[in-house]
Amino acid sequence: MKMTRIFVAALAALGLSGLAWAASSGQRAPEHHHWHNAGPFGTFDREAVQRGLQIYQEVCASCHSLDLIKFRNLGETGGPFESAEFPNANDNPIVMQIAAGYMIEDGPDDAGDMFERPGLPSDAFPSPFANPQQARGSNGGALPPDLSLIVKARSHGADYVRSLLLGYDEEVPEDVHVAAGQHYNPYFPGGLLAMASPLSEGIVTYSDGTEATMEQMSEDIVTFLTWAADPHMEARKQMGVMVLLYLFIFAILVYIAYRQIWANVKH
Amino acid sequence: MSGPSTYEPKTGFTRWMDQRLPIIRLGYDSFVDFPTPRNLNYWWTFGGILAIFLVIQIISGIVLAMHYVPHESMAFESLERIRRDVKFGWLIQSMHANGASFFFVAVYIHMFRGLYYGSYKAPREILWILGVVIYLLMMATGFMGYVLPWGQMSYWGAMVITNLIGALPFIGDAIREWLWGGFSVGQATLSRFFSLHYLLPFVIAAVVALHIWALHVPGNGNPVGIEPKSKKDTLPFHPFYTVKDGFAIIVYLIVFAAFVFFLPNVLGHADNFIPADPLSTPAHIVPEWYYLPFYAILRAITFDIGPIDAKLGGVIAMFGAILILFVLPWLDTSKVRSMRFRPVTRVFFILFVLACLGLGWCGAKNPDDLVFAIGHDAEGVATGFKFVWFAQLLTFYYFAYFLIVLPVMGLIEKPLDRPASIEAAVLGTAKA
Ligand code: HEC
Ligand code: HEM
Repeated sequence: MKMTRIFVAALAALGLSGLAWAASSGQRAPEHHHWHNAGPFGTFDREAVQRGLQIYQEVCASCHSLDLIKFRNLGETGGPFESAEFPNANDNPIVMQIAAGYMIEDGPDDAGDMFERPGLPSDAFPSPFANPQQARGSNGGALPPDLSLIVKARSHGADYVRSLLLGYDEEVPEDVHVAAGQHYNPYFPGGLLAMASPLSEGIVTYSDGTEATMEQMSEDIVTFLTWAADPHMEARKQMGVMVLLYLFIFAILVYIAYRQIWANVKH
Repeated sequence: MSGPSTYEPKTGFTRWMDQRLPIIRLGYDSFVDFPTPRNLNYWWTFGGILAIFLVIQIISGIVLAMHYVPHESMAFESLERIRRDVKFGWLIQSMHANGASFFFVAVYIHMFRGLYYGSYKAPREILWILGVVIYLLMMATGFMGYVLPWGQMSYWGAMVITNLIGALPFIGDAIREWLWGGFSVGQATLSRFFSLHYLLPFVIAAVVALHIWALHVPGNGNPVGIEPKSKKDTLPFHPFYTVKDGFAIIVYLIVFAAFVFFLPNVLGHADNFIPADPLSTPAHIVPEWYYLPFYAILRAITFDIGPIDAKLGGVIAMFGAILILFVLPWLDTSKVRSMRFRPVTRVFFILFVLACLGLGWCGAKNPDDLVFAIGHDAEGVATGFKFVWFAQLLTFYYFAYFLIVLPVMGLIEKPLDRPASIEAAVLGTAKA
């Protein structure tokens, strides 16, 4: 019994030390936000992911790549345009239409030349820059990171990116010197980054009529990026519920068997 | 406790087999009729749990290796492809990554069990030493596995750890280059780590076979630490312990599944979702949680000891912390196995467990951060008790436990009265 208590305490301590990692120094802790996809049963709000896609396309895509996302992913299970009618996302007309809106370099053709053609569902979102050097060159030396995994690549990533996008209005503290091309944001490590506030009230006109407030847009883009970082989240949680249910029942049966077998044995 | 075999082949085939390769007999004697003390508690189920996790790691790892590409510029992306495009790849990847952590949780519990119940004492020294060999192999395997995703923490973790070797006098640099296969962590390092990461689990499996063999000669120890004396002290392994181990394994799998499906990344580090970049060092390089106590010991040695500089001293202390386990059976002078009957040493043991957890905590922290603050200095910066001092204190206790407490207490402590036999302990004729 005593050992059991020690065991529980040890596990708790391990859990705490895990959390302690996240807290790093200097930078302001991101504001906690309640996400539709949080918790064991949380799902993606499809409309929010769609609106987030629109923000990515119309705002972020001019600087940030999204290398790991292919157009077909948008129509796959768990994606924003998943449709029962088109189990094969490559046939999904919305996906085809979005893909066709991009010109993709392909080739070489029979004459050995590279050529451009409209995008296909199997293509990935094209990068805004040909290479990292060009990306830096256009951004005052700073590299806009690829956004496919950004939510996983920062601790408390969803809250962090949302806070970052909303954190530009802060008064610059007196002891902080903001050089040209730098912008103050207390949520960024060190407080100064090369990205100016990418969002502003009404910068996009949502096709579904939602009002494009700062709050709304930052929630939507982060929801989209959360999906992009973990497109199988819903399938994962659904399977998890079934697996846990199965294991619970299995555990109860085995426990009953255990009591039965040990019933007449002193131990 | 291996006794005469009680196996009787019943069919023509099993009789034929028994005279040629008595493998069914071996299985029967080892896992069916094996006499097992009747008083084993749940701490004895972790060996079985470990065996299951070894299998989970090997199977999930083999599937991952079918899709993984051990190349500097492709490894990171190939793992994302596994997560995104391979059917159930996200599941296999999550099982393997979290499985490593659960493997280590189980092995730590298994080892602390051994420390508490004196499982390392005669006649189980070899069993214990094989365990320490397994543990070392697990550490190496886990370390090399963590490098494979080729994220920022993979790369810089590998850099920090391999650089430790460079602290060895005279031969350090040469060995480090030999490990790297070049002048830095790079493609050659990744290729060889992948090769070894695939190989070592099978070496572990082989040592586990020896471990179980060494277990089945003296038989299991037990919580009172008194060897079985008569048939009344033991029960056949099957069905009594198959069902008890089975129950424990399922409960452990429930916790495991909760992580695999609902918290797949909390045990990892966010920086490892950034592709490795040799030009940008992360702000805090921390190893996987299961190395943190040793990382803390490494960084606790901040002073030169005679001709040994602080860096080498840290490396020696870190490896010493593990290697000392090899001689543990001869450091503990007490004839009494179980801490149940060692009231004073038992308190030292509990402190030892806390010290290990505390070292883990220090390992995750910046050494100059404060455990608690006491006032401010002239510039208004908080001063107080630094993590590096805390780590030094705990490192001292870690070694003192093995080098002072166990040798001395065995000589001076008066143990409590022990029951005459397991049967007596179980029936309560004597206090257990
Ligand atoms: C004009 C170009 C530009 C646009 C448009 C832009 N960004 Fe950035 N972004 C950058 C640059 C440059 C950096 C690198 C900043 C640095 O490291 O100092 C960056 C960095 C980031 C980071 C990483 C911060 C960190 O912790 O390292 C995030 C997240 C981010 N941007 C999100 C977005 C989102 C979301 C959008 C769209 C709403 C967007 N950006 C639009 C240029 C841009
Ligand atoms: C892959 C890793 C390992 C596996 C699969 C494994 C397996 C087992 C099994 C099945 C048992 C018997 C059941 C039990 O007592 O829990 C056992 C006992 C034991 N193991 Fe391990 N083990 C592993 C690692 C270790 C390590 C790392 C150590 C110590 C450093 C260790 C030390 C012991 C000892 C001392 C016993 C005997 C305990 C007793 O009977 O009192 N093992 N092991």
